[in-house]
Amino acid sequence: MLGRSAHGIFWMSRHLERAENTARLLDAGFRLALTRSQHAATSEWKSVLVTIGQDAAYRQRHEEYNGQLVTNWILRGRDNPGSVVNMIEMARSNARSVRTALTREVWEATNESWMVLREMLARPVKAGNLGEALAAIRRQATLVRGAMDGTMLRNEIFNFARIGTFIERADNTARILDVKYYLLLPSVSLVGSSLDNAQWDTVLRSVSGERAYRWLNAGAMDPRGIASFLILDGRFPRSLASCYQKLRSNMASLTQQYGQTGPAHDLLRDAGDRLDQLTIQQIIEYGLHQFIGDFIVSNRQIADAVARDYRFSN
Amino acid sequence: MPPSGPTNFDEMLDPAGGVRPAYAGFRNWYDEQAPAWLKRQDAEAERFFRRTGITFNVYGDDAGEERLIPFDMIPRIITAAEWRKLTRGIEQRVRALNAFLHDLYHRREIVRSGRLPQRLLDKNVAFLPQMVGFTPPGGVYTHIVGIDLVRTGPDEFMVLEDNARTPSGVSYMLENRETMMAMFPELFTRVPVRPVSDYPRRLAQSLAACAPACAGERPVVAVLTPGIYNSAYFEHAFLADQMGAELVEGSDLRVINGRIAMRTTRGFEPIDVLYRRVDDDYLDPLSFNPKSSLGVSGIMDIYRAGGITIANAPGTGIADDKAIYSFMPEIVEFYTGEKPILQNVPTWRCAEPESLKYVLDNLKELVVKEVHGSGGYGMLIGPTSSKAELAAFEKKLRARPENYIAQPTLALSTVPIFTKAGLAPRHVDLRPFVLVSPTGIDITPGGLTRVAIQKGSLVVNSSQGGGTKDSWVLED
Repeated sequence: MLGRSAHGIFWMSRHLERAENTARLLDAGFRLALTRSQHAATSEWKSVLVTIGQDAAYRQRHEEYNGQLVTNWILRGRDNPGSVVNMIEMARSNARSVRTALTREVWEATNESWMVLREMLARPVKAGNLGEALAAIRRQATLVRGAMDGTMLRNEIFNFARIGTFIERADNTARILDVKYYLLLPSVSLVGSSLDNAQWDTVLRSVSGERAYRWLNAGAMDPRGIASFLILDGRFPRSLASCYQKLRSNMASLTQQYGQTGPAHDLLRDAGDRLDQLTIQQIIEYGLHQFIGDFIVSNRQIADAVARDYRFSN
Repeated sequence: MPPSGPTNFDEMLDPAGGVRPAYAGFRNWYDEQAPAWLKRQDAEAERFFRRTGITFNVYGDDAGEERLIPFDMIPRIITAAEWRKLTRGIEQRVRALNAFLHDLYHRREIVRSGRLPQRLLDKNVAFLPQMVGFTPPGGVYTHIVGIDLVRTGPDEFMVLEDNARTPSGVSYMLENRETMMAMFPELFTRVPVRPVSDYPRRLAQSLAACAPACAGERPVVAVLTPGIYNSAYFEHAFLADQMGAELVEGSDLRVINGRIAMRTTRGFEPIDVLYRRVDDDYLDPLSFNPKSSLGVSGIMDIYRAGGITIANAPGTGIADDKAIYSFMPEIVEFYTGEKPILQNVPTWRCAEPESLKYVLDNLKELVVKEVHGSGGYGMLIGPTSSKAELAAFEKKLRARPENYIAQPTLALSTVPIFTKAGLAPRHVDLRPFVLVSPTGIDITPGGLTRVAIQKGSLVVNSSQGGGTKDSWVLED
C-alpha cells in the first residue's frame, strides 16, 4: 500500500479515537460539575482542558471556566483545531484521501458521522442536551469501529488503523492519569484513606471504566487499585497494558506480512516488556507522575518510528 | 426560437401521446406504483447519495464545498436496435480519432492532403511538441473516450463533443444504476436491461492490455488524481477502488531506475500504466508547467523511453479542440474510407470571415463556444441571453474570432423527469464510455445521461446545475 495511505488511515483512526475520548472526558467533567461546588466545578473544567492540552489556547479566548464555555469550545470551537467537530472533519478528510483503502461501509460510517455530528454541533450545545450530544459522538465512533471490525480485510491497512487507534488511546489514558495523578498520589501510600469518592469516580468515568472497576473490586475505591487498573490491567480495554497488547499483536502482524522489522518494533518491544514486568508498587516508588511522563514520550517515539519505518511521508 | 417546442423529440411519448416501445415496459411498471411511494423514494435517493459521499466540487463555490449532482429516478431508455447503430458509429469515430492523433504527431498526411488547414495546429496549446515522432505503447492515444451525443429525432444522433482527453462521469453511470437497483429491484426483473457494472473490470483489463513492453505478467495500474479538492476526486477514488488499483498523487511518485515508482510502505514500486486524471499541463513540471506540484518530474522522459503507459496519452487534447471538431466528418472519412455513421452538429468556424459574419448576424439564434473550452464555461446561448450579454459576446468574437465556433441551438430530445407534479419532459444528452486497447474497442451499453433540471433549459453540464439519470440499453 502507499505510504500516504498508511499515514491517512493511521491518522483517521487517531482522530476518531481522540474525538471519542474527548467526549468521555467531557462527560466525566460534566457529572462532577453538576454535583460539586462552584469552585470544584471550575477546577474540574480547567483540568479537562489541561488533559487534552487545550488550556492555553482556551485562555486566549476566554477569561473564565464554566461548563457552557468549555464544552462548546471543546465540542464545536471553530478556531479550536482540537475541537470534536474539527477532529471529525479531519478524520473524514483522511478517510476521503484513503478512500480506496476503506470498505464502502467504513467510508459510509465515517461520512455519516461527519454529517450527523456537524449538523448536531452547528448550534451551541446547552447543558440540557450535552449528554445527548456526547452519547451521539460515542455512538458514531462505535459505528465506524464496528464497520471496520466487521468488513475490513485483516491486512496491513487494518493493522495501521488499529495501531493509530491504540497509540492514541494509550496517550489519552496516560494524559488523564497525568492530570489526575495528584488525586491518587497523597493516598496511594495511605491505605484506606478517605479521599473524595467523586473524584475517583471522575477518573474512572473519563475512560468509561467505573463499572468494570467496581465489578472487579466489589465497589471498594482504592487509589492504588485504580492506578493499577488503568495502567496494568490487560483486561480493561483502555488500560495502557491492553493498548500495548493490541499494538504488539498488530505490529507482529505487520512483521509477518513484511518479513522484516524496523526500529519501531524494537521500541515497542522494550516498552511492552516494561509494562509486563512492572508492578504498581514499583511505579509508585519510581513516581507516578514521572512514569506517566516517560510513557507519553515513549509512546510518541513509537508513533514517529512507525511513520518512518513505513514511509508515511517523503 | 423557443428552446422547448413541438419540434423537440420526446423519447418517451410519440406526438399522439402514446408511449414509445422503448418505454413501454417501464411505463407499465410506473403507472402501477403509488404516487406517494414514488415521492418517498425520490427523497430517499438524495439521502442515499449524501451518505455514500457521491459529491462533486464545483469550481467557484466555497473552497472544497461539496455538492450533489441531482439524480433523477426516471431512466433514459435506448432500444437494442438504436444502440447497435450507435456503437457502430462510435467505434468508427474512435478509430478515426486514434488514427488522426497518430498522424498529427507523425507525417501529417491529412494536412498534406489539404483536408485540414495547417493553421489549426500552429500555436495550438493542446498540440504537444513533446509527442512528435513518438508512438504510445500499443499505438493507443485515447484509452478512454466519453463521446457526447445529442438526439434530435427518431433516428438522429449527433456528436456534440468527442472528449478524447479525460472524460469524467463514469462513476455516476455506475452509481446511478446501483441506486436504481437498490430502490426498484422488481423493476429490473420486469424490464431486461443490459448491465454496466463490469465497467471497472473492463477498464482494468483494457489499461493492462496497453502496458509497455517492460511490464511484468500482471501490469501494475495506478490512478493519478490531483487530490481530494479536485471536483472529480470521488470518481478517481471510486475507479481505483473498483479496479483494485492504487490511487496516487504526484507526491507519491518519483523516477527510479528509468521507471515511475510509487512510495509504498515497503519502498518504491514501479507503475506500468498510469491512468492519469491530471491535465497535460500539470503532468510533468520539467516538460510543461514548471509550477505544477500535481505531476511527476521527468515522467515525459520515462514515457518516451518506453518506461510507462500514460492514459490517455499526452497531447490527445488537440482532438477536443472545437475547431478540429468541425472537421471530424472529413477526418472520419480520411482515415476509415467510410462515410461517418454519426453526424456532427453543423458548426461555423468564426476564424473564417464569411462564417463570422453569419454568426454575428444570427447571434441570438446560436450557441457560441470557445474552441478550447469545456464544462459549459465561457459559452453563449443566444436564445436565452440578454441584449447586454449578446453585446458583450459580440465584442469578444470580433476581438478573437479564431477563439470561437458557433452551432445552431439544437432541438435536443427530451426524457421525462420526476417532479412533485408528475412526469415532465427535460432536455438530455448521452455520454457513452468507450475503452480502447490493442485488443479492441469496448463500449459499455448505456453511459451517462445528463439532464437539464430547469424547464426549457438546454444546459446539462453538472457544473451548471444539470442532473443525471440512469441510462438503459434494453436486451434484444
